[in-house]
Amino acid sequence: MSILVIAEHDNAELKGATLNTIAAAKAIGDDIHVLVAGADCGAAAEAAAKVEGVSKVLVADNAAYGHQLAENVAKLVADLGKDYGHVLAPATTTGKNMLPRAAALLDVQPISDIIAVESADTFKRPIYAGNVIATVQSSDAIKVVSVRTTAFDAVSAEGGSATVEAVDIADDAGVSSFVGEELAESDRPDLTAAKVVISGGRGMQNGDNFEMLYKVADKLGAAVGASRAAVDAGFVPNDMQVGQTGKIVAPDLYIAVGISGAIQHLAGMKDSKVIVAINKDEEAPIFSVADYGLVADLFDAVPELETKL
Amino acid sequence: MKVLVAVKRVVDYNVKVRPKADGSDVDTANVKMSINPFCEIAVEEAVRLKEKGVVSEIVVVSMGSKQCQEQIRTALALGADRGILVETDEELQPLGVAKCLKAIVEKEEPQMVIMGKQSIDGDNNQTGQMLGALTGMAQGTFASEVVVEDGSAKVTREIDGGLQTIELKLPAIVTTDLRLNEPRYASLPNIMKAKKKPLDTTTPAELGVDIAPRFKTLKVEPPAERQAGVKVADVAELVEKLKNEAKVI
Repeated sequence: MSILVIAEHDNAELKGATLNTIAAAKAIGDDIHVLVAGADCGAAAEAAAKVEGVSKVLVADNAAYGHQLAENVAKLVADLGKDYGHVLAPATTTGKNMLPRAAALLDVQPISDIIAVESADTFKRPIYAGNVIATVQSSDAIKVVSVRTTAFDAVSAEGGSATVEAVDIADDAGVSSFVGEELAESDRPDLTAAKVVISGGRGMQNGDNFEMLYKVADKLGAAVGASRAAVDAGFVPNDMQVGQTGKIVAPDLYIAVGISGAIQHLAGMKDSKVIVAINKDEEAPIFSVADYGLVADLFDAVPELETKL
Repeated sequence: MKVLVAVKRVVDYNVKVRPKADGSDVDTANVKMSINPFCEIAVEEAVRLKEKGVVSEIVVVSMGSKQCQEQIRTALALGADRGILVETDEELQPLGVAKCLKAIVEKEEPQMVIMGKQSIDGDNNQTGQMLGALTGMAQGTFASEVVVEDGSAKVTREIDGGLQTIELKLPAIVTTDLRLNEPRYASLPNIMKAKKKPLDTTTPAELGVDIAPRFKTLKVEPPAERQAGVKVADVAELVEKLKNEAKVI
């Protein structure tokens, strides 16, 4: 049976999360199809056709899919998905919003946020904020699976030559509509795709002090994140949150500044290759996962770090 | 309007759970149990809507063992009006829970269902979306703001790139994110009053729902442990190590 991967895209570009999800699909089987559902999404579909390992791209180009409203896209995914053995989507906010709805339409219990493929029906996934890894075996005829993108190395965006096929389905459930969005504008890399991430916690004391982190980030080409404590305190917006309920990151280098290291935060970053912690409290739990710990006042250490880079 | 709030009994978020020695399940014997934090936010949101005069009745539902009554009583103490326990000692998975909730929705006909976006034990983040599919209702997941007016709800959602606002026709489902509100503490008089509020019990069988599990947990294990590394003396040593030892900058 073929595998259907739901592409993450903004109509113009294919998002990197799609490439990680295709990597997970390749661990399951060979015949991989990609669904690009959007509005004026031809460019994203063309990009999907070039991805290594993809044999067919299905394009559903309709205004109803332009903003990825779950009610509309889930219906489409369920209609197409019934002919597949597996339906995969990245465990991003878009994927998590849509996929369970599609699964329920198929009468399937989805498997969320997998970090490893053991076999075609058996997967590993973190539970309890990553304190436990469960191996689960699905007994549903169709496996509907969301993929933790940091757990799978992206396939190449080039080298494929898939056929592109238009899908003649256009469902507007008519129960929801898009009003608007406020997206963070930044020249820095995306938090989930960055090779280096520097995050601040409650120890930053206020939002203005994050400027220190931005300066270091610009020298390292890094993205800037935050702990839940910093977001809840209003220092920075929610899309910067790293943790169990925020973003999951696994960069080459993660620098935690003024972050104590609650398990919910560790759940979001402990798969980073190298972890640095800067905190004045030497008992802070963050030091138990840090490769390099610096017990120091961040207001001295961070500016000094910037000048020494 | 009437609101249905679903709450789940979970291991308290301060407890660090561990797998049992035989790897069959996590060890939850004698650990503190609480309302899932996201569900508590859902209860709070319903109570605030009632205080604003938007909501007239709050029905809280939970599923699982008899002990889930404790979490329903907590929700009643926070301001919900009555409770429903769908009692079962069988393993519940999100699809089965969504099907039970659908049966309750058909009976109660709420204008809005508010629930947590995920539970901190299974971390599935599925039930609200699946209830949406089964009932045909619109869904506003990961909500950080909910405004109800003229038969619709404007829901601001926390998404990867920032915030998105959508408009949903009622009845609709809202799943809560962390910043929707800060739940209150129940006062002692309200805890006492909650004991007298009605709490009905039903079962999945009475609701006509098949909750048979669709996946099997073959084993649970601790994640690969990270070893604590070294402490560096100063920033200069840190930069030197990152350059020459870890080679990441």
